[in-house]
Amino acid sequence: MTNRLNLYKYSSPATFYALAGKMIPWFYGAAALLCIVGLYISFFLAPTDFQQSDAYRIIFIHVPASWMSMFIYIVMAVWAALGLAFNTRLSFMMASALAPTGAMLTFVSLWTGALWGKPTWGAWWVWDARLTSELILFFLYLGFMALQAAIDDPRRADRAGALIALVGVVNVPIIYFSVRWWNTLHQGASVSMTKAPSMAAIMLEGMLVMALAVWMYAIAASLSRVRSIILERERNSQWVAQLLETEI
Amino acid sequence: MNWNSWSEFFHMGGYALYVWGSYAVTAILIAGEILLLKSHRQKALTLARLTVKYSKVKDDESAA
Amino acid sequence: MSITQTVFVLLQRELMLAMRRRGDVLTVLFFFVIVASLFPLGVGPDPKLLRLMGGGVVWVAALLAAMLSLGRMFASDYADGTLEQLVLTPTPPVVWITGKIVAHWLVSGVPLILMAPVLGVQFGLSGDALAVLVFSLLLGTPVLSLIGAIGAALTLGLRGGGVLVSLLVLPLYIPVLIFGAGAVDGAMSGLGSEAHLSLLGGILILAFMLTPWAVSAALRISIE
Repeated sequence: MTNRLNLYKYSSPATFYALAGKMIPWFYGAAALLCIVGLYISFFLAPTDFQQSDAYRIIFIHVPASWMSMFIYIVMAVWAALGLAFNTRLSFMMASALAPTGAMLTFVSLWTGALWGKPTWGAWWVWDARLTSELILFFLYLGFMALQAAIDDPRRADRAGALIALVGVVNVPIIYFSVRWWNTLHQGASVSMTKAPSMAAIMLEGMLVMALAVWMYAIAASLSRVRSIILERERNSQWVAQLLETEI
Repeated sequence: MNWNSWSEFFHMGGYALYVWGSYAVTAILIAGEILLLKSHRQKALTLARLTVKYSKVKDDESAA
Repeated sequence: MSITQTVFVLLQRELMLAMRRRGDVLTVLFFFVIVASLFPLGVGPDPKLLRLMGGGVVWVAALLAAMLSLGRMFASDYADGTLEQLVLTPTPPVVWITGKIVAHWLVSGVPLILMAPVLGVQFGLSGDALAVLVFSLLLGTPVLSLIGAIGAALTLGLRGGGVLVSLLVLPLYIPVLIFGAGAVDGAMSGLGSEAHLSLLGGILILAFMLTPWAVSAALRISIE
């Protein structure tokens, strides 16, 4: 009995607020450290690619940003599902907190993808399956945020956003599959950003380290955002009043 | 080591615009997000303080 | 009343209301025609180019027209309280929701299907391609109504409703667009459209089974 209560304790915004506050600096720290290591690998250890010269170094942000943008959407959908299933406010708040960071990373993926495409394939935008799916993912993020922004009642906003996030996550594989299909039909097997230049192990390592760095950053950013959301939503409660007396 | 000099490093084999354009925009976006997070927090704290000040939350506040 | 009777009564009501507002239906149809006509004006009258684009353009126009009509699905019932009454009936929501969506498709989707051959001819499509265009729209427009219903239900009574629905629903429409336009393309290039059409059919079945539940959840969220 007491064991179960212990876990559920953290579904209370008050306790989670405190916990998140302690965790955030560690995640930012981890992100910074991993970023330094990753950048070192990207620029100083990974050799210059034979075909793409140094332009390929963009993949050390492009790929991690893409991975994380998709991962964050899935995590968002998980929180949305938890919120709908257990009716916990905090779950919905986490979903809302993740969206802007996910959208930002999706944009980074698109921007860096364009900047990589230009020197490599001569065009600022190639309608390959991955980039096109990223674009659609960007729209899914924007739709989620727009819907929540348009609804005044927080409870309705939570649940409506959660539903659209779940509908979106179910559609992502369908969208990806259909875009792959569309791409191979129209372009043949030509350009593909999924086929990175013959991957030396060191390149893969660089991407993984950078991906971890982005992951740590995303956690820190969304925890920070959720704390602000908690403050806004729970400002009428006793614990916030007490907190404000001590908070800077 | 890949680079013989700093200028080679910045040159990026001729692709400086693309590589640094990517890294720079990413850095700017991340910095931007962190600043926005700070300001979000400030706004949330202000809002909470005002709510506490003008509502019945505190025990010793006598509201109309 | 049995379930079939309920659905029948609902359908009758929807169709009757739609007939009273014939203007709405016709506007959507004219929008379809206008949008499709904009493309040749934009890219030039080269018949080869137009024939290549035709399937895609008609499909995009159908998508946009379908989206425009979504506002009507629940809005007026929501405004006058009928929707709440429907939610309170003993009939399972999935049933009357499906009825509403079918009615919406009959009023907003079928006219598009009937108009499509005319537009297709404008783009120089012929024979097989035209037939596939119509058939793909036959399979696809119900999906547009089904998925669109989710967006319409979520945005009930919200300001900026129309544009918001577009942002929510258009990304979800993309697979339908890809397979629909792809089918026409396949017919024209001789590579065959069976694969596209089967996938469209699969999506239709999936959507028909799943979306009414999502719409029901969305309505509950919006009405409470």
